[in-house]
Amino acid sequence: MSSNDTIKKTFIVATVLCLVCAVVVSTAAVVLRPIQEQNRQADIQRNILDIAGLLEEGPSVQEQFEQVETRVINLETGTYTDEVDPDDYDQLAAARNPEVSNQLTEEQDLASISRREKYGKVYQVSENGELKTIILPIRGYGLWGTLFGFIALEAQTYDVVGLGFYEHKETPGLGGEVDNPRWREQWEGKRIYGNDLDDVEISLVKGEIQPSDPDADYKVQGLTGATLTTRGVQYMLDFWMGEQGYAKFLRNLKAGEA
Amino acid sequence: MKTKELLFDPVFDNNPIALQILGICSALAVTTKLDTTLVMCIALTSVTAFSNLFVSLVRKQIPSNIRIIVQMTIIASLVIVVDQILRAVAYEISKEMSVFVALIVTNCIVMGRAEAFAMKNPPVASFIDGVGNGLGYSVVLVAVGTVRELFGSGTLLGFPVFLTTNEGGWYVPNGLMLLAPSAFFLIGLFIWALRSWKPEQVETPEYRIQPNTRPVEV
Repeated sequence: MSSNDTIKKTFIVATVLCLVCAVVVSTAAVVLRPIQEQNRQADIQRNILDIAGLLEEGPSVQEQFEQVETRVINLETGTYTDEVDPDDYDQLAAARNPEVSNQLTEEQDLASISRREKYGKVYQVSENGELKTIILPIRGYGLWGTLFGFIALEAQTYDVVGLGFYEHKETPGLGGEVDNPRWREQWEGKRIYGNDLDDVEISLVKGEIQPSDPDADYKVQGLTGATLTTRGVQYMLDFWMGEQGYAKFLRNLKAGEA
Repeated sequence: MKTKELLFDPVFDNNPIALQILGICSALAVTTKLDTTLVMCIALTSVTAFSNLFVSLVRKQIPSNIRIIVQMTIIASLVIVVDQILRAVAYEISKEMSVFVALIVTNCIVMGRAEAFAMKNPPVASFIDGVGNGLGYSVVLVAVGTVRELFGSGTLLGFPVFLTTNEGGWYVPNGLMLLAPSAFFLIGLFIWALRSWKPEQVETPEYRIQPNTRPVEV
């Protein structure tokens, strides 16, 4: 045993061990990557369906997702574009690429995302040839990290159909309650814009919302004990529903010019 | 030691959580629901078993002054592999468990068995010892997870057992069961029950409280 304690032996053992472990770990990562990626996609699709209120028990997510059409819009002009293919477009990677994203000024960057990509994906559900629901990706900083999610809007009135997050790092039980179905339920039917689609008027407030409140349609109860997460969701909506986000697109869509 | 002893001794007679009080933190974190508990048990058992096996295989080559870091490297690699596999086959659950799978690296049971057993014993015995200790950990976790999910949410593995008031039933869920402190109480009760059943596990106290000082001594 004592021969193991020479400096030479120590170096050999350390090097060989590191090499072997590195090979094992990277093999596992590389071999399993495609399956993990597939899982991640399926999870996002499941979330889109869930947030749009379309998720059903039974048929596979892939089958159900066929009713959803994915389009790409130019966030600067607020119109549909064919310049990028929605199937291989990675929106989050684009947000990091200086060629297809803009640095936001401090004033613009309400959701603390620092860069906004030029092209954004939108998901649409139509019924009898008429647009019924639009599902828009949103993201923004909460307490511990960025929350990634979707907001689903009714295509005629732009009232909220649902809101939810598929990835976040908020504290379980406090900020983590953004996943709570009962909290998410109250978003249904809430109004975001005033009559002219200019200002984002929806707000997350403290305490229960009285049905007698004349602005009840514009108010959502915040999360108890999670002020920063609640604020994060508010800023996220202010940003993504505002001029830097989807407001231009939604105005164009309403005017039939998208 | 015989295979049977290696495998079943750690379950009740030498339980890593109840007797050695190791690996408590993950027992608090992942036991709110039984399905995550079960996945955690499987993950920890496989990591302990395989880290014991590999450490034991190379035990005669390990220089004693870097033995801990060698064990850590093996354990960490195994944990990454297990984490990757979980993300591929049980995506939903691995999302819920988030960092706790990666934190198996710091679980004292894994390291403790590698250092205390695998460094001195042949590979097969070490592997079985790892499985045994994994089982011992699992027994406590499953017990805690069952109680917490049943009384905290009224369900078991997601199936409703007690119909909660939210769903229009009679059972008012005990919110404390969903918080980490309840796991402490439950593990405490588990240890109490175990030591009442097997009094030889009760440690002799290091100090005894003396009767009150008599006035003469003041």
